[in-house]
Amino acid sequence: MSNEFFTLRVNGVDHEVADSWLGESLLDVLRDRVGLMGSKGACTQGECGSCSVLVDESLVCSCLVMGATAVDQEIVTIEGVAPIGAPSDVQQAFVDAGAVQCGFCTPGLVMAVHDLLERTQAPTDTEIREELAGNVCRCTGYGRIIDAVQQVAVLRGSRP
Amino acid sequence: MSIDEQSRTTIRPGTIGDSPVRPDGIEKTQGSYEFSSDLSADGCLFGATLRSPHPSARIISIDLSAAWQINGVEAVITAEDVPGQLTYGLISQDQPVFASDVVRYVGEPVAAVAATDPETARRALDAITVTYELLEPLLDPEAAISGEREPIHPDGNLIRHQRIVHGDPDATGDIVVEGTYEIGMQDQAFLGLEAAIAHPDPGGDGVEMHVATQWLHEDQIQIAACLGFPVDKVRLVLGGVGGAFGAREDISLQVHTCLLALRLGRPVRMAYSRAESFLGHVHRHPATIWMRHHATADGDLVKVEARFVFDGGAYASTSSAVLVNGITMAQGPYRCPNGLVDGYAVRTNHLPCGAMRGFGAVQACFAYESQMDKLAAKCGLAPEELRLRNAMRTGDLLFTGQPVNNVAPVEECIRETAALPLPDEPVGGHAMADGSADAMKLPGGAGRTADAGDIVRGIGWGVSIKNLMFSETVDDFSTARCQLNDGVATIKFATAEVGQGFITIAAQIARTVLGIDEVVLDRIDTDIGSAGSTSASRQTWMSGGAVDAACRAARERMFEAVGAAHGIDPIRFVIDGTDVVDTAGDLRIPVIEASAGLEIDETLEYHHPPTEDLDENGQGNCHTAFAFVAHRAVVDVDIELGLVKVIQIATAQDVGNALNPLAVVGQIEGGIAQGLGLALMEEIIQIDGVIRNGNFTDYLLPTFLDMPPVEITLIEQPDPHAPLGAKGVGEPPCISPTPAIVAAIRDALEQAGVPKPLNRVPVRPSDICL
Repeated sequence: MSNEFFTLRVNGVDHEVADSWLGESLLDVLRDRVGLMGSKGACTQGECGSCSVLVDESLVCSCLVMGATAVDQEIVTIEGVAPIGAPSDVQQAFVDAGAVQCGFCTPGLVMAVHDLLERTQAPTDTEIREELAGNVCRCTGYGRIIDAVQQVAVLRGSRP
Repeated sequence: MSIDEQSRTTIRPGTIGDSPVRPDGIEKTQGSYEFSSDLSADGCLFGATLRSPHPSARIISIDLSAAWQINGVEAVITAEDVPGQLTYGLISQDQPVFASDVVRYVGEPVAAVAATDPETARRALDAITVTYELLEPLLDPEAAISGEREPIHPDGNLIRHQRIVHGDPDATGDIVVEGTYEIGMQDQAFLGLEAAIAHPDPGGDGVEMHVATQWLHEDQIQIAACLGFPVDKVRLVLGGVGGAFGAREDISLQVHTCLLALRLGRPVRMAYSRAESFLGHVHRHPATIWMRHHATADGDLVKVEARFVFDGGAYASTSSAVLVNGITMAQGPYRCPNGLVDGYAVRTNHLPCGAMRGFGAVQACFAYESQMDKLAAKCGLAPEELRLRNAMRTGDLLFTGQPVNNVAPVEECIRETAALPLPDEPVGGHAMADGSADAMKLPGGAGRTADAGDIVRGIGWGVSIKNLMFSETVDDFSTARCQLNDGVATIKFATAEVGQGFITIAAQIARTVLGIDEVVLDRIDTDIGSAGSTSASRQTWMSGGAVDAACRAARERMFEAVGAAHGIDPIRFVIDGTDVVDTAGDLRIPVIEASAGLEIDETLEYHHPPTEDLDENGQGNCHTAFAFVAHRAVVDVDIELGLVKVIQIATAQDVGNALNPLAVVGQIEGGIAQGLGLALMEEIIQIDGVIRNGNFTDYLLPTFLDMPPVEITLIEQPDPHAPLGAKGVGEPPCISPTPAIVAAIRDALEQAGVPKPLNRVPVRPSDICL
């Protein structure tokens, strides 16, 4: 439990992290040290994707990244996607399409879908399934989530 | 999805039949929704639980001294520190808060600690020394039945034995098929792990806990008994629930958290890891089911004989009710004049089992539907033809002698499923734009382990019956309160919202009944009467019924006030849209005006009709209501490698009245995913009583790539017994996909000339290819 100070840049803001033990996961640092509770922990093995965040524009399971190694990198969490009460197009589509039930997987999935649609504007059904296969949802059976992703792709594609 | 959008165009937005969005939806997408695992408090301590590493052992000694010496450890407690009842349980209170004399399963709690941070709490657990004398575990359910083993619990090794004798037990048929089927232990695998925070009252004579649960009032009763408190000294508030599926119906960390908080006079939170969650909640019962079906040469069922053995694990939980569900559904959704069923729920040193979505009906369905396929083959009928021939109708009898008095559209479910289009994609999928094969469409996926030439497509059927609500004389009720003022309704209930969306339909009901737009949902807690459990597909019916009743009562008060003001008999009023309308005159007032200044406050309970116990021959009207569903699975099977890809599931489900069609679709697709998991990948493996795969790397869950598209038809025949015509929709979708998928694999193997029985789920690659 050696105490080290380090600084993480999360959602464009520098956070000085105290009392973290070396080896503590980025997920735990974000939740317990920085106080950003939006990233969820459900397996802590990188299997379920509930803790997905962006580190230097790469989608990672924050439970598999050590907090102290994420210094000098741009970290984006679900709290950085859109202001509270002003949801992103992906967030709104999840709600409208019925892609949210218990919602525990939702923040991680929203991160993954934003990442997917940044890289692939009009993903096929197979691409959606393959890209999101690292995010487990136990409630929805995935159908409405795929619907939400397709809705956003169509909306973005129709923009001038 | 084929919902008739046309018929819904006249529905006022936000009312019954519309699909308004979840009130908590945006928060959940933004990460600002507070799950129970996100709760904290100033000065909060962290609890942790020490668990048995042995399936069966005598506790010789427990040495806590080293744990107490760790800086930051504030409390270490064992069975000696339980002030009230030493055991708890849903039906019988047979499970110790902490083991004191013997441990009966791997994972049984022995002690708990509270410390200033989770790491210190974990180190404190490591510092506790428990000396065990190992005992020979009881792992064979048949040995529990035979009595050859000494009881491993004072209540004995047999949790319940129940037989059913119906009609002529000596009847025989021209055609007889027989089989023994096994169902593995499935985990609910909700994503939001067990978590709670307990706040002790100043003075320590009460406690408030925020917890993710399925049934606040049952937890309250069990916790209070163990704490030695009157029930009203334990107040529960629903913490945000990240899925449930049965795993939160039993107590897990509730009593431990409260004990630590009360001991210390400080808030304490506990949160399980995934590994601990696999040990800390009950699972779906593994079962072995023998069945022998008799039919006429034409395929009419004559008799079903069956023997069920459910392994309940170390403690009873709801095993006796799971057993009754299983054995009373032995005939499936089919007419059959004669039945002879024997069922056992037994105690072993395996992980305790209890509620999981489908609750006994899942196990029975895999057996009876496998049998129906054998029968169809022997009668020379297509699987769906045999099922149509025997399809249950309203008024037909279960083997318990109970008539099915509900709408029973079994035939429509089968016909509408059959009418859904088969997948248009050929085996291996359409070629991609560049002409190459789409590897993701093959069994084995991106690993390209399959050769398209070795793949055979199969089709299979599964049809099921599920009882709704509680059975066997439980006075099952729910409570709701409606306050109406200035066109705003405030609705309160204790119904656990676990993700299913009751909060959405509660508001829809209020808007519909009261003719208002604005509904405020009060906090979900024990400040109001019980709602019963969010289980048994019961909350739409039960809590929906309670909200409906409370809102109707509030509406009556409003009609009386309007009547008094205008000299009109209130019986003449109805709600039309958002207006109060005089059906025998010209008066039309907006509800917002009609309710102005009124202080209406109505609390009502909804009870379903009483049910009966089963007698020694299993006769009695033990169930409340029934719902039906059909599933057709299309699978591609790699015969050489034993890999399976489910290509499509088609389903028509008896929903009564779809209050929120989008939410119904969500339940259907989600349920099918869990049925697919049981068919192909989900099983808790225990070897010598030790769990071997208690994590998400080794316990496999269906992903986006495993779930196929789902074609859905809703069979909407409002049930006259249901308060809103609506049947529960949560459990049916997860019951019959399992046998449908396995039947489809069998069909593919048959076509390939390598038939296999596949009598066990989950089906493993080796079951297919070896």
